[in-house]
Amino acid sequence: MIVREVVVKNDKGLHLRPCDMISRVAMRFSSEITITSGGKKVDAKSIMSLLTLAVHKGSIIKIEANGKDEKEAIEELVKLFETGFDEE
Amino acid sequence: MIIKKGVGVNIGIVIGNAYVLSDEEIVVEKRKISREQIKNEVVRYKNALSKTKEELDLLKEQILTALGKQHAKLIDAHTMILKDPLISKDVINLIISEQINAEYALSIKVEEILKKFDQINDLFFIERKNEIIDVSRRIIFNLTNLKPLKIKELKDVKEKVILVANNIYPSDLISIRKIPNIIGFCTNMGTRTSHTAIFAQNTGMPAVVGLGDITKVVKTGERIIVNGEDGTVIISPTDEMVEIYSKKKEQLHKNEQYLLKLKKLSTVTRDNKRITLMINLDHQDSLEEYKTMNSDGIGLFRTEFLYLNRDCLPSEEEQFLIYRKILQSTPNLNITIRTADIGADKISNIGFKDIIAEKNPFMGFRGIRLFLKYPELLKTQIKSIYRASAQTTPSILIPMVSGVDEIIRVRNLINEVKKELSLNNIPFKDDIPFGVMIEVPSAALVIDHILDWVDFVSVGTNDLIQYLLAVDRVNQYVSHMYNPFHPAVIRVLNLIIQTTHKKGKRVSVCGEMASDLLALKLLLALGVDSLSVPMKMYLKVKQEIRNLNYEYLISMSTKILNASSSDEVIEILGKE
Repeated sequence: MIVREVVVKNDKGLHLRPCDMISRVAMRFSSEITITSGGKKVDAKSIMSLLTLAVHKGSIIKIEANGKDEKEAIEELVKLFETGFDEE
Repeated sequence: MIIKKGVGVNIGIVIGNAYVLSDEEIVVEKRKISREQIKNEVVRYKNALSKTKEELDLLKEQILTALGKQHAKLIDAHTMILKDPLISKDVINLIISEQINAEYALSIKVEEILKKFDQINDLFFIERKNEIIDVSRRIIFNLTNLKPLKIKELKDVKEKVILVANNIYPSDLISIRKIPNIIGFCTNMGTRTSHTAIFAQNTGMPAVVGLGDITKVVKTGERIIVNGEDGTVIISPTDEMVEIYSKKKEQLHKNEQYLLKLKKLSTVTRDNKRITLMINLDHQDSLEEYKTMNSDGIGLFRTEFLYLNRDCLPSEEEQFLIYRKILQSTPNLNITIRTADIGADKISNIGFKDIIAEKNPFMGFRGIRLFLKYPELLKTQIKSIYRASAQTTPSILIPMVSGVDEIIRVRNLINEVKKELSLNNIPFKDDIPFGVMIEVPSAALVIDHILDWVDFVSVGTNDLIQYLLAVDRVNQYVSHMYNPFHPAVIRVLNLIIQTTHKKGKRVSVCGEMASDLLALKLLLALGVDSLSVPMKMYLKVKQEIRNLNYEYLISMSTKILNASSSDEVIEILGKE
């Protein structure tokens, strides 16, 4: 299992669009992937569960991946957070 | 006559007859199914999901052509809701384990999710549950082979109406847009940040949302007035009221036409002197509006917002992306980025714990003083601006400078940054114009020395006036003494402008004085080269400039400089 912590940089936090992107990327991998914020842990492949976390800008969230392609999955997801979800 | 107040989401007034949409309560019945029926029920559910997917794809196409790419992204999110394991897997598991019909299984699951949203205490996120309701409605309609009642009804509307509904979902709004007889709408549900509100802005239709019970108060055929500007809805208005609003509507239309016309006109005085008029921006969010203004550029891009409401410092990458976006917005115009003028209170939240509260922060640890004490903050900001300069050149502006020493230290740091970038083969422009704010009186008095080190200066009149007159603007006992027309202010401004011009450099003013209509005349009379004003003041200032006689103002300058009191100055300026 791999665990990484990232800072949410984009202005509106994990609103609809970022949650869409996270779940879209997560679904490409067979590993089990979760995101934890504010003591709540949810399935990263579920856009609705991600939204219920209501994550704001500046928050630190934890990504965990467990499975065959866990390394690639974490890399791809961290990249999303680092580029601020390409919010232009 | 009844008056109701909601949230206005689109400027404009519309008067017409109401058309109340029957409230569609979807009743989902629970049905037990036999073991043999399970397989069929799952197939039925899966078919409904793929049919919904097809609908969403079609809708996306429609939104792409009607409203553009940004809005079409909403439908991508709806597609992901459809693919969410809670919908695509858990519902099927529920059908099998509980032996219940698909509609019921779906509604149980959706209820469960919606309950979680009710525990959030941020309206922005709670609103997103409408997206889930929107998608699940579609699935239910496809399961039951019903058409959404609303849309069917609406196609039969024969006369111009104002739609009244419990809630209008973003996907319905696309259909509504295509029906020319709908001239406005109002709803019980919704907030300013709901997607319906955002979509409504793009339809150009006056609309008021969040009225609570409007569907119960108004009946089809009743006359209503919808004021999308202030969120008022008037039901069965008196004739008098209708007349008032008709006039308001006409006036609104005229103003709009006038402002639109003004956007296209150039900023010249009556006697054809072209004045450079730019806009101050506080945040990247206002970029789209800025682009529509057709101004001479961004005279001041404040970067304080980067440090507010967060618990970590803005990274170089984050800043780089923002600056690049700002610079690409109007690549041919002057864009001046000011390094952050934050006080110590702002950084104590983000890791600088040892700072104690200041008694007088205006004269305290802020602007370049703070950034030179923590040079890594300045360096990150300068470096990201330089990185963003590769394609389009910005100007850099430093706040709260009090003399030459600070400027030399900043320039040394800039040289360091340039060296680092060159070493790493990162492209940047070598000749970024460098300027400082003149807002501390000491800087104004040594302006001749400062000009040896900078390419331009920008006068921050708000602080300059309060420091010069020793008047704290937030102190109720002395704030009335804050006076831009004080002869001392005029002398200092004149000193700055004359000295800068002698060295062949330019002075801009980005303080409130530039948008005060009388003070504007003073600045032009003294020979300021360019002005930068808040966006909401831009068109007003432009209009004012277009009414001025520049030659006359310049001819008044000696008189103004010799005036012994502010009353005298105001009198001279009032004559033009």
